[in-house]
This record gives sequence, structure tokens and C-alpha cells, in this order.
Amino acid sequence: MTYIIETKDLTKKFGSLTAVDSLNLKVEKGEIFGLLGPNGAGKSTTLSMLCTILRPTSGTAFVNGFDVAKNPSQVRKSIGIVFQDPSIDDKLTGRENLEMHADLYGVPKDQVKERIDNVLKLVELEDRANDYMNTYSSGMRRRLEIARSLIHYPKVLFLDEPTIGLDPQSRDHIWSYIRELIKREDITIILTTHYMEEADKLCGRIAIIDHGKIVAMDTPKKLKEELGGDTITVKTKNNDLFLRKIMEAGLAKAAVIVNDEVKMTVDGAHTLLPGIINLALENKIFIDSISLQEPQLDDVFLHFTGRALRDAKGKELSPMARARRH
Amino acid sequence: MSELRGIYTLWKREMLRFIRERTRLVSSVVTPILWLVIFGTGLGLSLGKQTGFNYQQFIFPGIIAQTLLFTAMFMGISVIWDKQFGFMKEILVAPISRLSIFIGKMLGVGTSSMVQAIIVLGLGFLIGIPLTIPMIAEALPMMVLIAVGLVCIGLIIASILNSLENFGAIVTFVNMPMFFLSGALFPVATLPAWLKWVFYINPLTYDVDAMRAIIMGSSWTTIFPFWQLVLIIVVFDVVMIAIGSYLFARTK
Repeated sequence: MTYIIETKDLTKKFGSLTAVDSLNLKVEKGEIFGLLGPNGAGKSTTLSMLCTILRPTSGTAFVNGFDVAKNPSQVRKSIGIVFQDPSIDDKLTGRENLEMHADLYGVPKDQVKERIDNVLKLVELEDRANDYMNTYSSGMRRRLEIARSLIHYPKVLFLDEPTIGLDPQSRDHIWSYIRELIKREDITIILTTHYMEEADKLCGRIAIIDHGKIVAMDTPKKLKEELGGDTITVKTKNNDLFLRKIMEAGLAKAAVIVNDEVKMTVDGAHTLLPGIINLALENKIFIDSISLQEPQLDDVFLHFTGRALRDAKGKELSPMARARRH
Repeated sequence: MSELRGIYTLWKREMLRFIRERTRLVSSVVTPILWLVIFGTGLGLSLGKQTGFNYQQFIFPGIIAQTLLFTAMFMGISVIWDKQFGFMKEILVAPISRLSIFIGKMLGVGTSSMVQAIIVLGLGFLIGIPLTIPMIAEALPMMVLIAVGLVCIGLIIASILNSLENFGAIVTFVNMPMFFLSGALFPVATLPAWLKWVFYINPLTYDVDAMRAIIMGSSWTTIFPFWQLVLIIVVFDVVMIAIGSYLFARTK
């Protein structure tokens, strides 16, 4: 099995700081692979090395079979990149930006127009193609950048924080393009993000990076399962009795009383819920409230790094996650 | 082939940006008019006679050199802009050599500078500078030679700096001194020896001198023989291209 991306002990040092530390990564063709981590974890540095912008300090990396250090121009022809920061020319129109890209990447001249029309259609910007970029919203710019990165038919598409700073609607839009892409094109997508939701919804596999190292790598589902299942929180009029009955019935893997509520760790909360309610009824225990929580990637992140991601959602969920870790 | 196409598209981009920035085009025409008409008339009446020439005709070649210098330097800004606003990344990750990127930029900025200088040449015709067709035929290739070196200065400075604030300082400390210490406004020959030195290390001095030799003809005595001036300018161009492409190759 050959991998579309393969790194061996890939390392990048900036002076005494080790930004990427002996990274070993194997990505198969057709995957959407997520690099997840807080700011400064080494995601962008890893991406920069794979894109031949930065030279590795040591170790090797192959993209589409080409060594990034020895054969950068072949690597460049194989990849498309959407940078974290905007990289379009404001004074040009959308179409002009795309044409320029086609020229820089040597797209056959007789195919340029057709390819541009196709990518514009994909990101739904056909109507705006001849407008200057400075009239585009930030979501539209991002979409144009995605379109641009596809013109030369890259084998690997790198998306560095593709939805950072975008409103929820634009974010949904871009997610749907990414899903559409992987279905239609013979392409592999590597994306970095610090939005858990994004990684969860899009990626087939994710690697959690912290301090330049991979601390966990698997499918989002498996990573979540590793945390030990779902949590059901039940508030009753007689928590002690309920807890005892639950343990006797063997419904939960673990159960504790926290803040006047019974918290249970279970496998498959949805199927267990009716049984739990029945148990309460049989024992004449009055239920005030029930809530059900599937593990979130935020929790996975916290679990592996001991830190919450620096965004609002991570903070909100962290007390819950902390409780689960004990 | 693909390198040539890359160079062409980078040149085309500079052209599109140049055409679309109307305020810059207008201001670049107004500045030389102010110099030629107001400065030229005013100073010409009081001091100009001492130069022994029609003062407007005397400073005209200097104003053309100035236009080339200022345009080249200001458009060198575009590299800093590209770096700041991220467009540079798009070019740097493209499968095209750094040398081609440098050449594309140089041709783009160079063409823009030439267009502006040609407009000034046309202005000279309007305000009654005695220009002939052979003169213009000689002036144009000379302007190209001059532009190459000056554009490279702008690109070199911009590739070293990372922010626009610094560029303002460069304009003050490079543009203005280069212009004032070039003999564009007064003859170098009559200056005291200690001051002459400053003029001799300024590349623009030779540019102005060569332009003046072309436009004023045999009435103007150059610092060095004309062919030596051309040689100096060409050598300067080559050195600047070498430094510029070296610096671009290192650009991250």
C-alpha cells in the first residue's frame, strides 16, 4: 500500500523551539484527514513543510510520491492550498485571479476557461466572477480560494483553517463543498482546524497534535469511544435509591452522584434510556429531568492534551469533560 | 515554456493593477508638471541663467529620471503589499522558479515606470522642449536601461523589509536624496569637490547625465564620455538584477 502522504520523523526547529517533533503520518488516497490542535501546536508548520514552503530540519516527507525536500516542484504541481490568511489579489476580479493561477500552474490553455467555469460553479460564484475581489464577502473570498486551489487538478488539497472567522452559514457552505469535492474528484484532503465540530463532521480520520507531537490518531468515532461511552444525567427525588437500583441492574458502567444528579457512563445511551426510565417507574422514583450527552471531540481533545481548545465551545464543555475524566 | 507563461501572467497582473490605480496615474502626471512648470519657471527666472541653458530644458531630463525613480520605488511597495496581504504566498507555492517571479515583477514594474516616463516625455513636447524624433528614438532605450536598475532597487528594498511603515522612511531617505543629489536640478561640474563625491556614488547621476546628453545634444558636456555612462548604467543594472534575484530566491 502506498500512501499519498507519508512522513517519517518529520521535524522542524526554529532556534531552540521544536515546532514539529518527529511526526509520523500516513494518509491514504481519498481520505479527509484532519490535523487538530490549539494555536501554536504545530499544525500550520506541518502543513508548510508538506507544501514545500518550509524545509524540514530533519526527517522526510513524501507527497504524492515526491520528496518535499528533494523534489519540491513536483510536489507543488501535485497540491492545492488554501491558506489560513487570504491570498487573493483584491484589485483583480475573481476570474482574473483564477486565470492567473491557471497560468502559474501551467494548465493547458485550451482547458483554462472550462476548468474555471467548473470550479466557479462548484462554489456557486459564477455570477460574481467578473466582480473585483474587494467587493466579495470573506466567505465568498474563501470560496474563491477553494475554487482556485482546484484549477490545476491537485492530487492533495491542503486547507489551513478553511472556515476560520466565517459566519455559521458560510461555514456550512464550505463544509458542503468539501464533502462534494471528495465525492466527485480523485482527491485527498488534509485540513487543519481548531474547531472540533469541523473535524467531527468532515474528517474520516484525525490526528490530535499538541506541542508538535501527535497525541492521538484515529476516526472521530473511535476517539470518542475511547473516552468510555455516553453520559446520562438523571435528576430524581431519591438519587441514592436510584443509584443503587441502577448499579444492581447493571445498566451503567459507572455511576456517581454529582450536584444532586446521578451521572452514569453507559454504552449506547439511546437504547438504554427506556430501560432506565422503566427502572425508575418500577421503583416509584420520580424523575425531574434527564439529559443525555454523547462524547464530543472537545472532550477527546481535553482527554489527550489535558487542555481545552481555545474556543468558546471548548470552555463551555470543559467542566463536564473534567468530571468524566475522573 | 511554463516559466515564460508564469512571467507573463505576473507581468499582466502588474499591468492590470497599474491601469486600475487611476489616482496614482494622475498624481504621477501632476508631479512632473509641478516640477517642470512651476519649479522650472520660477527657478529658471532667478537662478537658471547661471546654468547657461534654458532651465526648463535643463531639468527636463532630470524630471524624466525622477519619474522613473519614483514610480519604480513606489511600485516596489507592491512586493511588501503582496507579503502583507498574503498574495505572495500564492505565487511562492506555485511551481515556478523564484527567478521567474523576480523577472515577472521587474518587467511589470518596469513597464509601468516606462509608461509614466513616456507620458512625461509627451508633456515635455507640450511645454515646448525641443524634442526631435531621433532624440526620442535614443531616449526610449536609454530610459529602459535606466528603469531596470531603479526598479531593482525598489524590489530589493521591498524584499528586505516587511512592513509599509518602513517603506515610507525609505522613500524619504532614498528617493529624495537620490533625486536631489543627482544633478537633476543643477549642474554637478561646478560643485565643490567634497560634494561631488556624493553625486558620483549616486547611480541616478549617470542616468540624468545620459538623458541630458540625449535631449540637450552637443551643448551638454557629460561627466564621462557617453559610452562610459552607458557602460556604468548597464553594469549597475546587471549587479542589481543579480542582487535582486538572489534576495528573491531567499524569500520565505
